[in-house]
Amino acid sequence: MPKDFLKGASDSYDVVVIGSGLGGLTAANILARDGMKVLLLEQHYKLGGLATWFKRPGGHIFDISLHGFPHGMVKSCRRYWSKEIADSIVQLERVRFDNPMFALTTSFDRKDFTDLLTTKFGIQQTKVVQFFDAARGMNFFDDQQRTTKQLFEEFFPGREDVVRLLMEPITYANGSTLEDPAITYGIVFSNFMSKGVFVFQGGTDKLVKAMEKEMKRNGVDVRINCDVEKINVVGDKVRSVEVNGRTIETKAVVSNANLRSTIFDLVGEEKLDDSFVQNAKAVRLNNSSTQVYMAMQDGDTVPRETGDLLFCSTAERFQTDLLLSRDITSRTFSFYYPDTRPEGKGRTLIVSSTNANYSDWENLNKEQYEASKTDLVEGTLDALEKYVPNCRERIVHAEAATPITFEHYTKHVNGSSFGTKFEGLTVSRALPEQIDGLYHAGSCGIIMSGWLGTINYGVIVANDVINQISSAPTVAT
Amino acid sequence: MAPAEIRTAIIDILGDIAPDEDLSNLDDQQSFRDQMELDSMDFLDIVMELRKRYRVQVPEEDYTNLDSMASTVSYLTPKMVAVA
Repeated sequence: MPKDFLKGASDSYDVVVIGSGLGGLTAANILARDGMKVLLLEQHYKLGGLATWFKRPGGHIFDISLHGFPHGMVKSCRRYWSKEIADSIVQLERVRFDNPMFALTTSFDRKDFTDLLTTKFGIQQTKVVQFFDAARGMNFFDDQQRTTKQLFEEFFPGREDVVRLLMEPITYANGSTLEDPAITYGIVFSNFMSKGVFVFQGGTDKLVKAMEKEMKRNGVDVRINCDVEKINVVGDKVRSVEVNGRTIETKAVVSNANLRSTIFDLVGEEKLDDSFVQNAKAVRLNNSSTQVYMAMQDGDTVPRETGDLLFCSTAERFQTDLLLSRDITSRTFSFYYPDTRPEGKGRTLIVSSTNANYSDWENLNKEQYEASKTDLVEGTLDALEKYVPNCRERIVHAEAATPITFEHYTKHVNGSSFGTKFEGLTVSRALPEQIDGLYHAGSCGIIMSGWLGTINYGVIVANDVINQISSAPTVAT
Repeated sequence: MAPAEIRTAIIDILGDIAPDEDLSNLDDQQSFRDQMELDSMDFLDIVMELRKRYRVQVPEEDYTNLDSMASTVSYLTPKMVAVA
């Protein structure tokens, strides 16, 4: 008989959280800490969503999305998780760029960027200050028509090199492009710019395990291998969820699943207003990614000067279509040195990431798909050779992940690795107005993406849920 | 709670949220944001702490009332009149 992953689970909860990405984990933790009876359901056998890792023979542990996040994570982890988790966050000291326009290494904070822009790029100090202030002053309620491209045109007209320096890391961090609203850039850039780029020492596995421990301490009922099939709605109110053959009643659902699958697969458009459905259908998914995971042989490493994050490109110009193209010219290499896991086996691992279109991968037959993956690995090793000489001899394990891989493990529509474009946030926020007790807290709207964005969004939504449940009229018994 | 007590309660919450800020010279008429580094999550945390400590609900559309100490206290006074 198959194992019952819901063994001992209650028949009813205050809140059911669907999905254990960082947004789902954080929402569950905040809700339980507030005294709610919470059930967390994860379809995969591991918690974390895209905040994940995998092991390969030889003691290699690869992180998928650990590198890197803004300083704000320290505060968010301390408040919404624990001091222990916050205390393990350390800075990535070397963010390196290498492309036909420029080559440099930066600590990626406001001071260093100001120095670089004035000395190396010849931009006037006052202009730089104005730009940083403008980016920092942006918020959600500002003009949403202006694009990031227009923002750069205003401050640095004709300076594609400056645009590249300021934009490339953000594109890596959340998939946003020059065509997205300027406010999404301003908010995310200011987050990073406050103090640099950070990482969790000990690896994603240590972080997610610490979060699991904290959630359980706060009373969350955590269940893996539980793929929710349906959210049952009666009238305009959430009643229950269907999972692994059981119906579990709940006052509220927080879906950390992809926004579109939450609306169209778990709920069903017949339960929603036409205009809401139209808006939801118009939400564009953000792009997917490819990654190549490479492990250096035991005892071998690269000099620290190689960088922690290396944005390398052979493209003469910085353009969105080039960044997404199958003909890869731009890659972000993450160098995970042995101190990523101080208690680990001392391995050096390299992960190459590139943004990619799902459509370029979805219609390949098995043979073409395998051949494309091989090409991806080979092309990546070719590009790495410049930074890690003789890399083909020194790398003992290399494999690729594609948009299909991301789709398979996260069940995100089209393998989307950064949720949705900006308009997704409005739809996500409007969901509880459609169905009482139904919330979405997943990566969306660009600004609610990335590790910090999703964690904070989980908190925002948990707060909404607590307000709803604690203000609901209590039934006399 | 009287306005002066509400003010003390807010200072306590701010002290926990921004432990590095000196709150002794806070100008009640001036915006919090102009005097200390507070982001939107900090404001949400103030709201969550108010609910946790005093069972006061601040709906999202009222967040603008939390701009300065003076506006916060006058907004909360009728809501917290029954709070011991």
